[in-house]
Amino acid sequence: MKARIIIIIFTLLIIASFRSARAIEIYNFRDLEPLLNKSNDTTYVIHFWATWCVPCLKELPEFNKFADKHSQQKIKIILVSLDFPRHIDNKLIPFIEKHKITSKVIVLDDPNQNYWINKVSPDWSGAIPATLIYKNQFKRFYEKSLTYEELVSIININN
Amino acid sequence: MKQLIVSIVFALSIYAVNAQGYEIGDKAADFRLKNVDETFVSMKDFSDARGFVVIFTCNHCPFAKAYEDRIIAIHNEYSQKGMPVIAINPNDPEVVSADSFEEMKKRAKEKNFPYPYLVDETQEVYKQYGATRTPHVFVLKKKHDDLIVSYIGTIDDNYQDASKVQTRYLADALDALLEGKSPDPAVTKAIGCTIKTKK
Repeated sequence: MKARIIIIIFTLLIIASFRSARAIEIYNFRDLEPLLNKSNDTTYVIHFWATWCVPCLKELPEFNKFADKHSQQKIKIILVSLDFPRHIDNKLIPFIEKHKITSKVIVLDDPNQNYWINKVSPDWSGAIPATLIYKNQFKRFYEKSLTYEELVSIININN
Repeated sequence: MKQLIVSIVFALSIYAVNAQGYEIGDKAADFRLKNVDETFVSMKDFSDARGFVVIFTCNHCPFAKAYEDRIIAIHNEYSQKGMPVIAINPNDPEVVSADSFEEMKKRAKEKNFPYPYLVDETQEVYKQYGATRTPHVFVLKKKHDDLIVSYIGTIDDNYQDASKVQTRYLADALDALLEGKSPDPAVTKAIGCTIKTKK
């Protein structure tokens, strides 16, 4: 009986450790910056959002659909969450799991926003959602919600 | 022809976006908005003020919440020097119910806001100023009868932890203005919540 309890506890511990293995990487802007300046044949969609941002949550299914329908193309979607790091385990990860988000999610935690917002785009005032889409010299920035159709048409401008 | 019309409309829409909102040096318009105590507040009511710290903020946004205590501290320090805070909630409560007038009253009472907390019911004032997010600060300096936009942006450089702030952009701007200097930087950026409007 005692052995069985130990096995159960042990199993639970393993499950728990797998869950935290899903941990999301926390970036500062220096870590993120190279992802904004790649030059290859991939289109990068860098989307800034947070679980506390109501319009972002309405918009994310559009990005999910876009990711699913373009999985065969050279498009890389990175969902940059601006959630507070203390909310990763209790808000961000449950949200990602519930909505079956398959795109890469990272957390950007860099307080020096006055520096890095302009580096993402001088056109960005700092409101989210915001999205940078680029491929080599082609670059577009949107400080608003985007629909699936808009995402498709932006990608098609350059293809 | 159709293409021409499309490009004209496009050009106009870009113009409309750029034409909205104040830049440093612009004259700001006064407003008359309802306060949480049911009175109406205008800047012309403050005849002794040397200027104003107009902050578009709200109840629900985590960044706005994170800054509440710091906004109170700014007001307590600078209203004595003639630069009081006026907070304005620009959000449509039909989009975010936490930002309704009743909820604003509750929050003002809970936190004992020492400054007016006004509602931009018609959502015209935030558009005129060019606020895009909460919190979004506009410092106005009185010059004769005009209110000159002198600083636009954020409060400081650490939204998460007030104890780790390195640069107090807003306080520095106010100190500069009180000494008769121009704030540097006069424009700063920060992440915030979009202003909520019905589409």
